[in-house]
Amino acid sequence: MATVGYSKKVMEHFMNPRNVGVIENPDGYGKVGNPVCGDVMEIFIKVKDDIITDIKFRTFGCGSAIATSSMVTELAKGKHVDEAVKITRGDVASELDGLPAQKMHCSNLAADALHEAIKDYKNKKQKK
Amino acid sequence: MVLKGEYMPRIYLDHASSMPIDPRVLEFSKPFLTSSHGNPSSLHSVGLEARRAVEESRKKIAEFVHAENENTIIFTGGATEANNLAVKGTALRNINQGKAVVASAIEHMSVLNPMKELQKNGFTFTTVPVDSTGIVDLKKLQAVLTKQTVLTSMMYANNEIGTIEPIQEISTLVHEKGMYLHVDAVAAAGRIPIDVQKDGIDLLTLSSNDLYGPQGAGALYVKPGVKLQSVMLGGGQERGFRSGTENLFAIIGMGEAARIAHQEKQQENNRLISIRDKLIKEILQIDQSYLTGHPMQRLPHHASFRFSYIEGESILLNMDMYDIQVSTGSACSSKTLEPSHVLLAIGLKHEEAHGSMVLTLGRSTTIDDVQPVSKATNETVERLRKLSPMSQEWRK
Repeated sequence: MATVGYSKKVMEHFMNPRNVGVIENPDGYGKVGNPVCGDVMEIFIKVKDDIITDIKFRTFGCGSAIATSSMVTELAKGKHVDEAVKITRGDVASELDGLPAQKMHCSNLAADALHEAIKDYKNKKQKK
Repeated sequence: MVLKGEYMPRIYLDHASSMPIDPRVLEFSKPFLTSSHGNPSSLHSVGLEARRAVEESRKKIAEFVHAENENTIIFTGGATEANNLAVKGTALRNINQGKAVVASAIEHMSVLNPMKELQKNGFTFTTVPVDSTGIVDLKKLQAVLTKQTVLTSMMYANNEIGTIEPIQEISTLVHEKGMYLHVDAVAAAGRIPIDVQKDGIDLLTLSSNDLYGPQGAGALYVKPGVKLQSVMLGGGQERGFRSGTENLFAIIGMGEAARIAHQEKQQENNRLISIRDKLIKEILQIDQSYLTGHPMQRLPHHASFRFSYIEGESILLNMDMYDIQVSTGSACSSKTLEPSHVLLAIGLKHEEAHGSMVLTLGRSTTIDDVQPVSKATNETVERLRKLSPMSQEWRK
């Protein structure tokens, strides 16, 4: 049977998203999406000895956009940046017990935002 | 936060999407599912009983829109089918008169898509813009009409923004140059008076469910003398215009629903207008909230909004947590992943169109719903804005 609506886990993360907010002076910052398309996500990370010690997000978008953002912050928190950068869109979707087919592409940008934040962290580190 | 099922009763505010069948209609039509199940084409007594009931229903629909006679009514399987029949049936039948069709930019997809198909097959298809309140630009309409325009389709009122169109003025313009005016009255019927003769309408689409009738029936009014061809061929039911054994339960229910709607329209609509106005007043107190559609020329049961910095599917899901069902024109809630063409047509930017919420009231709605709905909307908007990166600048 085709999936109808969102999984319980998606709804749970949508209603009670983890790690919402902003980190002042983050070690890494990533922003993806476009308001015209209906999804914008930003992720802030605090990193110590290459470990993500804190992570926050803000998202404009649909239910799955908010849930995937929340999930990706949970998955990345406490991980080494080289591990966190391996988290894929697919990982996020399966941790949420799947997403409806039409949501897989447009709203599952959360992993991309995380990757951008890690890239930003690495660039800053190199410059130091 | 109140979660579903805790103590708040359900408040269903998505009547434009689907409506419950009126219990009186259900009682009236029920026998036609069981004991009086005849095929109206059969000549025995069971068939004739069904035939009589179908014809009685046809008469009620004709009276409902003040048609010349009951033979002007063709029953279909729904409003989408009636719109397809109106568009393709007139365009193809009158191909020798011209190959141009015109529609407003805010028509339902069941008008726009058949017209696009005609365009692929050599017709000229022009859309007429609307202003920021959703009213059709009459000057532009006048400018695009030619002697070749066999069909112009304009909705009586829009389902997404509630705007009521000046159909009589449109009719005058259309008949100065073009041939037929088709009016999709699905959203308007039962809420504002419709008189096909006074309004100068050649073809009119109705939906059963939008009158509190069963799903699975619609009707097309076709003015005497209008040349139409069938788009559904077969055994020749509905005078050959719509073949297929009649959906007895739905068709007979539709007639009864129209009769009741006709009778109770005025009182019910006055009641809905007062609830609607209070709801609009309350919700517009939210910062950066806007009414979409026309503030005055508006359907009695319709309140539609947009909120900056948030997205409509999230609004819908969040409101559902309060057991309040709403609709949105957001891209993320649609099958095409495009924002509503209606919201873009009234000049909203994509990011503005994403943040829409549509409330359509019904017989179950009461004045006591205003407070919990405004409160839930307020909390929903507040919560989603806190999550949104786009409200950052505005909050400073």
